[in-house]
Amino acid sequence: MQTHRWLRPAGLLSLLALGLSGCEFAGPQSIFDTAGPIAEAQRDLFVWSYQLSWIVVIGVFGVMGYVIWRFRQRKGSDAIPKQFHGNTALEIWLTIIPVIIVIAVAVPTVRTIFATETRVVPDEDAVIVNVTGYQWWWRFEYPELGIVTANELVIPTDRQVVVNLDSADVLHSFWVPRLAGKRDMIPNQNNQLHFTADEPGEYYGQCAELCLGAHAYMKFRVIATDDAEFDAWATSFQEAADRTVQADPQIQQGEALFATKGCATCHTIDGYRDDVRVGTPDFPNLTNFGLRNTIAAAVVDNTQANLEQWLRDPQSIKPGNRMPAVWDTNDPNADEEIAAVAAYLRSLGVEPATQTQASIGANHGDR
Amino acid sequence: MAIGRQPLRPAADVGLLQRPTWTEGLVSWLTTVDHKRLGLLYIWTSFMFMGFASIEAFLIRLQLAAPGNTLLSPDVYNQMFTMHGVTMVFLAIMPLGTGFANYFVPLMIGARDLAFPRLNAFGYWIYAAGGLFLYSSFLLGGAPDAGWFAYAPLTSLSNNPGNGTDFYMIGLLIGGIGTLVTAMNLIVTIFSMRAPGMTMMRLPVFVWMMLVTSFLIVFAFPPLTIALLQIIMDRTFGTLFYVPEAGGLPILWQHLFWIFGHPEVYIIILPAFGVISEVIPTFSRKPLFGYPVMILSGIFIGFMGFAVWSHHMFTTGLGPVANTAFSITSFVIGIPTGVKVFNWLGTMWGGAIRFTTSMYYAMAFLFNFVLGGITGIMLAMPPFDAQANSTYFVVAHFHYVMGGGALFAFFAGVYYWFPKFTGRMMNDRLGKVAFWFFFIGFNIIFMPQHFAGLMGMPRRIQTFEAGIGLELVNLISTAGTFVMLAGILLILANVIQGFRAPKTAGNDPWDARTLEWKTTSPPQHHNFDEQPIALDRDALWAEKYPEHAHPDDASAYEGMDFDQGGIHMPGQSWYPFAMAVGILVASYGILFHNFVLAAIMGVFVVVTTYGWAFEGVGGHHVHPNKTATEGAHD
Amino acid sequence: MASQAPAAPSAAPAHGWRSSKLPDIKLLMWIFLASDIMFFGTLIGTYLIYKGRSLTGPYPLDVLDIPLTTVSTFVLLMSSFLMVIALDALRKNKIQQFRLWTFGVVFFGAIFLGFQIYEFNHFVDLGLTLGGNLFGSTFYVLTGTHGVHVAIGILWLGSILVSSYIRPWTAKDEVYLEVAGLYWHFVDLVWIVIFTLVYLVDFV
Repeated sequence: MQTHRWLRPAGLLSLLALGLSGCEFAGPQSIFDTAGPIAEAQRDLFVWSYQLSWIVVIGVFGVMGYVIWRFRQRKGSDAIPKQFHGNTALEIWLTIIPVIIVIAVAVPTVRTIFATETRVVPDEDAVIVNVTGYQWWWRFEYPELGIVTANELVIPTDRQVVVNLDSADVLHSFWVPRLAGKRDMIPNQNNQLHFTADEPGEYYGQCAELCLGAHAYMKFRVIATDDAEFDAWATSFQEAADRTVQADPQIQQGEALFATKGCATCHTIDGYRDDVRVGTPDFPNLTNFGLRNTIAAAVVDNTQANLEQWLRDPQSIKPGNRMPAVWDTNDPNADEEIAAVAAYLRSLGVEPATQTQASIGANHGDR
Repeated sequence: MAIGRQPLRPAADVGLLQRPTWTEGLVSWLTTVDHKRLGLLYIWTSFMFMGFASIEAFLIRLQLAAPGNTLLSPDVYNQMFTMHGVTMVFLAIMPLGTGFANYFVPLMIGARDLAFPRLNAFGYWIYAAGGLFLYSSFLLGGAPDAGWFAYAPLTSLSNNPGNGTDFYMIGLLIGGIGTLVTAMNLIVTIFSMRAPGMTMMRLPVFVWMMLVTSFLIVFAFPPLTIALLQIIMDRTFGTLFYVPEAGGLPILWQHLFWIFGHPEVYIIILPAFGVISEVIPTFSRKPLFGYPVMILSGIFIGFMGFAVWSHHMFTTGLGPVANTAFSITSFVIGIPTGVKVFNWLGTMWGGAIRFTTSMYYAMAFLFNFVLGGITGIMLAMPPFDAQANSTYFVVAHFHYVMGGGALFAFFAGVYYWFPKFTGRMMNDRLGKVAFWFFFIGFNIIFMPQHFAGLMGMPRRIQTFEAGIGLELVNLISTAGTFVMLAGILLILANVIQGFRAPKTAGNDPWDARTLEWKTTSPPQHHNFDEQPIALDRDALWAEKYPEHAHPDDASAYEGMDFDQGGIHMPGQSWYPFAMAVGILVASYGILFHNFVLAAIMGVFVVVTTYGWAFEGVGGHHVHPNKTATEGAHD
Repeated sequence: MASQAPAAPSAAPAHGWRSSKLPDIKLLMWIFLASDIMFFGTLIGTYLIYKGRSLTGPYPLDVLDIPLTTVSTFVLLMSSFLMVIALDALRKNKIQQFRLWTFGVVFFGAIFLGFQIYEFNHFVDLGLTLGGNLFGSTFYVLTGTHGVHVAIGILWLGSILVSSYIRPWTAKDEVYLEVAGLYWHFVDLVWIVIFTLVYLVDFV
């Protein structure tokens, strides 16, 4: 449902004029372009209140306009108008009108609250994900599948997804507008959110609670695939530890640099050399990095050029983030080494033949 | 330990400092206890801070004009929106209401001053000290950057090591003291200093709304003060209130903040309702429609304001039952608010409306406030709030309520009361031109922000992604700031021109209804030569047009001398100013962990307290109806 | 509007008309106390919410000493009683008695404060510190705030006592003592609540 950009102002006008569904407001982060039942219920409630609000707008502004026109002081007239203080019957009626409107809003509201916000016991086939917010990235752990990854949440379509939300530092908020409204991630408070994606696709997510620094760049993606692809994706992760490094000499060089340049101090890659302590849980896990569509918490696409730029100067892509610039600007080997590390990372989880289109979104052509 | 308008013992000779008697120059302003001078100080100071906040807002909009803009770094951007919010709420709009209250509550109830004039002066100076303290952060290591509600644990020492957060916490703490004492002062004044005949149900609505507001302050500021204290303790003395690793609950800060924060919204908007309830009847030449209902709905809104705080926290996972409860209480507040709007329209109905600039602002207030109220009801639906919370939809909503609502109402007040402040008339034509720029600019800025929010733009982001539909709305919004800026400059020109206009206003240029228009413009020091008597609800109107009102029989008051021995005017004092300075310096001591300095200033504050208590009555008596106007000091 | 009979002129005090018979300063104190309830309510609420959330000791049962605090509570209660007697004496213009009982209030208040200082010292020795655990943070800030209130009350009533020797007090001045008394009774009442919720409930 990609709309041409020039259509949007027209959509805005038609929404104002007609008060209709607002499908014209398509966009990857639009609350109107829903792709799951939770977001749909939330949108429908908004549209209902929006339509009701036209009664208020027309009623109040209509009377206001009439009063302004009708009762303005006429030129030359200095008569004192009748001094009336009120009208009990009228005042009661004027109280009943807002009561009726409020009831008309409240009934569907309460129904939707219990339909969308009740804490659920996960379905039999639900996917459970423990999400931890960090300044300024997301850790996704699938406890049942033994998978830990970062910044891209892969889910199957038409199956319930239950996310348990926690934060490792300050407050964050988990928000994928097209799938479900946000839920805050608060230390010492176990929050849960559940949603279902109706169709395969890539959904934008963004942190919606100020966390300073690179808050504006704390984004993520939810990638919904069919069951078969999801299983393949999971298997690829589970087998990552057994995979060997590809034979390409540049990739081999990058693999070595990953340890010598210190990347392995923070970042985990399942199956990386046994003799090196690899990473800690508090930094993004790079296992199967080649399957990612984006880098730096969904800030730019995962291309060789972007990844090299990210390694060379992280602040240029994501101001405020905490990834150090590892290579000195005047290091003569920098270009070669950066290219090697990037190539190595992009090879992870990818078969040599398909390396040129190294993202699962591209693989099934749903982008 | 403020001792009242009379000293502990009437012993002037014990005083550490003489009661100052300057009537002109800087010292007369530093030592003044005159509610009119303090009201003007409040108004001027809050407009100064509003200027600062506007500059910050302008920079924010410039940064967001296009995606990927690098005008402001994330750190600076965070400071800008934090200080913009803090300034507008605590240093600009709220004190503007206090300023009007200072100036007009005594005049409207026919009194000569507030019940505790020195306490009133202290309230102003400590507010000014709090504002100065907050703004000094820009020069002393960076302004606060955690947003105006400073959610824990973003404010912990480990997450926010700079001292910006200390400036926020201590600055609001000391500013809050001023707000509290002034609110208490206003309550006493309204209860005990009403003119003869002015029963509670004859109080002007502005006074009523200030009474409700003051009670809200009395009950709402303590939770904030304690929450601020807890963070100060955490950061200064290593307590663990909001340290998650030690079991602390960051969510508690949100509860305490919003138990204060929601009433704070009404602390800002109720005085604005009060101003509108004065402006509309005057320019419609009709009494307020449904006065008792207006009062009751104001009280009800204030009361309910304490029962809705969690609607700011719908996305924190309170659960469906709590969200339902707070959603319904929030809807319920919509009812009295709607009734108020109907009653303002009812006041205009059948009137002879004069569209002065002030009335233009009142109409714009109605327009903006109704829109802000509608989006408020929408946001009170937790499922929609799950999408809209923390987005530009919320930003648009509260700017329509706080800016388009409260601020426009206060502008209506400025245009309405300017002749009373100065004795001069502002140029109505220029005022209307400025109004259109201001009003249209405001709507160009904030209307598109609703759509930015619905398109998924979170608030407080330093930049936004290109290609997801946010460019156009942000560009329009930024363009609107230039229109509004033109409006602001024209308003400034209008004010400057107003100060140069001849003093032709007279006592009552608008043919108004309440007692402040009974005296000269500007009012003389003792407000009224004779104690006014309220024979009906709109006391002045009843006096001017008894045939159009139902006034009491004035003969009941005949021969009563309300000013026995002359009008007593309170003496000036150094102590309120000195005490505020002491607290300000002590705050720097605590902030920079210089506890010796803080202790010395603490002792100084205690000394000023004693000086204050034992200063003696001072002041003088005025005998307007006799030849001698200056009595001896007693 | 029904015509209202104005109050008799004698109701007007020396300095202008007053619409309330309650002295301004007394009304101010009542409003301040209403506000102060919210201050203590927030502190007590924080204490109760954090109760049982401390991750390390010492816990309340490890340190609280009920008999000792019962004695200090009793002393504070007695000071309130003396406050009533002192006010009554002033109203009857018995200045010497007023001074004596006011001194009693100050003295008993000081004893309470002494107990609190001893208690704090003792608790620190037992390992309960401001930054040690949540119980320490909430306990010290709550009881410490109350202690500051007591100290201010002592200072205030002490000043009244001293000033009564500089210029003798008479029954005319009772409102100033009454206001200080209101404050003192309130501080006392708050302590009863704190004593119950912080000390006693854990031992029930």
